[in-house]
Amino acid sequence: MDWFYISGILIMSGINLMTVLGLSLLTGFTGLFSFGHAGFMAIGAYVSATATMQWGVPFIPALLIGGIAAMLAALFIGRLTLNLKGDYFCIATLGFGEAIRLVLDNIQYFGGARGLPGIPTYTTLTNVLVIDIIAVIVMVFIIKSRHGRNMVAIREEELASQVIGIDVFKYKMMSLVISALYAGIAGGLMAHYLGYAQPIMFKMTKSTELTIIVIFGGLGSISGSVVGAILLTFLPELLRSFSDWRLVIYGALVILIMITRPQGLMGGKEFSIKGITRAVKKITGRNKPIEEAKS
Amino acid sequence: MSVLSLKHVTKKFGGLTAVGDVSFDIEEGEIFGLIGPNGAGKTTIFNLITAIYSLTEGEISFYGKKLDKMKPFEIANMGITRTFQNIRLFKKLSTYDNVLTACHKSADYGLFNSIIRVGKFQKQEKELNKKTETLLKLMGLWDYKDMIAANLPYGLQRKLEIARALALNPKLLLLDEPAAGMNPEETIQLMELIREIRDKFGLTVLIIEHHMDLIMGVCDRIFVLNFGIPLAQGTPSEIQGDKRVIEAYLGKEEEKHAEG
Repeated sequence: MDWFYISGILIMSGINLMTVLGLSLLTGFTGLFSFGHAGFMAIGAYVSATATMQWGVPFIPALLIGGIAAMLAALFIGRLTLNLKGDYFCIATLGFGEAIRLVLDNIQYFGGARGLPGIPTYTTLTNVLVIDIIAVIVMVFIIKSRHGRNMVAIREEELASQVIGIDVFKYKMMSLVISALYAGIAGGLMAHYLGYAQPIMFKMTKSTELTIIVIFGGLGSISGSVVGAILLTFLPELLRSFSDWRLVIYGALVILIMITRPQGLMGGKEFSIKGITRAVKKITGRNKPIEEAKS
Repeated sequence: MSVLSLKHVTKKFGGLTAVGDVSFDIEEGEIFGLIGPNGAGKTTIFNLITAIYSLTEGEISFYGKKLDKMKPFEIANMGITRTFQNIRLFKKLSTYDNVLTACHKSADYGLFNSIIRVGKFQKQEKELNKKTETLLKLMGLWDYKDMIAANLPYGLQRKLEIARALALNPKLLLLDEPAAGMNPEETIQLMELIREIRDKFGLTVLIIEHHMDLIMGVCDRIFVLNFGIPLAQGTPSEIQGDKRVIEAYLGKEEEKHAEG
C-alpha cells in the first residue's frame, strides 16, 4: 500500500465526513431522517465544477457557490416537505435525491448520463483537512448555542418545543439548509478530486451510505460522525482482497455493530478533554482499592 | 382588565362537541381553577388556548388581543405557557439543559454570532446560565441538575415542567393536573409553591386539577365543566355548596327509597 492510495482513501473519508457532519445536524440533532443527501452533493459537484471550468472561478469560492446552490435547493424542498411528519419527510427526500439524479441524466449541458469530464483536480489532502477542521468547529459551535439546543428540543419533543416558543418549522429549515450547504461543499470537493462528475455517483445507495454512517457513529454525536466517516470509508478498502464478497462482509459487519451497539459507536456522547480525564481517573481509581487491599 | 377571556368557545370533533359555549374571564393575579369529571373537556380548553387545536366557534383574547390564526409558538411568545397532563419533558436531556433550552427567548444572538462567539454571545449565554440556576434553585431541583430528565422521580418531573414553563417569563401559566401522582404531603408543598411563584413572577394561573384539597385551598375562583358544557362558576365555598356540581361528581341522589 503506497501513500498515494492511502491519501486517496483519507481524502474520500474527509469528503464523506463533510456530508456526514451536515447530515448529523439534521438526523442526529434535529431528528429528521434524509435519504436524499446525495442529491445535494450532486448539485454542489456540478455547480462548482461548472464554476471552475466555465466561469473561471477560483477553487474555494467555487466550492462555496456549489454549497450555496445546494442551500437554495434545500430552501425550496424544505418549504414543500418540512411540514410532513416523520416517515413522510423521509420518503420525500428519497424522491428528491432520485429526481436530481434523473434531471442531471437528461441535461446535455452537463454531459447527460456520460457525466462531466476534465474537471481540474484541485482537491488535496491538505485542503480537505483544513475544510474539515473548520467544518467540525463551526458545527460544534452551532450545536452548543441556543440554536443548537432548540434543534435538540425539537428532536426530543416537538409539541413541548412549540409550547416553549420555538418556531419548529424555522429551526427544521435552518437545520436542513445548513446540512445542504455541507453536502454541497462535499460534492464540490469530490468532483475536484475525481476529475469528473457523473449522475450515477449520486445514487440512492450513496444517500443510504451517508445515513448509515451517521447512525453507525451514534445519533447526536459529532465525534461519532467523525469516527464513523473514517471507519466506514476505510472498511470497504480493507476488504478489497475479498473481491466479490466485499460488500457482503461490509453489510454483515455494519449489522453486527448495530446489534451489539444499537445506540451507535459513541451513543450520543462526545470526546472531550474532561471526559477523557474522567475515563482515565475511572480506570486508575478502580485499580487503587485493589492495591490498597494488597498492602 | 381581564388577562384571558373566553367568549362562547366551542370545539367540535366531527359530530362530538368536546367543548360547548364556554365563556369566562380571568383577572390579573388570580389563581383560577378548572374542574370537572373525566372527559369534561378541560384539557381541550388548554389545547384551544395554546392553539394546538383550532377553534370551531367563539373567540379567545389575551389582554384584549384576539388569539386567532396564531401558531402555538407565537402564543408562547405572547406570554402564555403550559404544562402537560402526560409529562412532556426533553427526556434524554439533563434537568439543567431542559430549563436552559427553554430560556432561549431571553437571548437574541444570531446563528452567525454563535459561530464567531464574541461579544453578545458570551454575555447572553452567561445570563441564560444564571437564569437557569436561579429557576432550578427556586424549584428545589438544583441537586438534580445533572440527572437525565426521564430518570427523575415523577413528582420532580412535574416540578421540572413548571420550571421549564417559568423560563419563558410567562404572564399566564396553564397547569394541567400538576399534582397528579403526588402524595398529600407533596400536594400541600405544591400548593405553597404555586402561590409563591404567582407572587414572585406576578403571574396569573389557570389550573386543572382533580385533587379537591388543592383546588379549594389555592384557587380564588373555580369554573366547573361537565361533558363540555359549563356547569357552575364561583368561589371555592360557593362551588362546594352547589348541588349541580355534587351531582356531576357523585351522581344524583335518589328521590325516594321504595318502602317495602
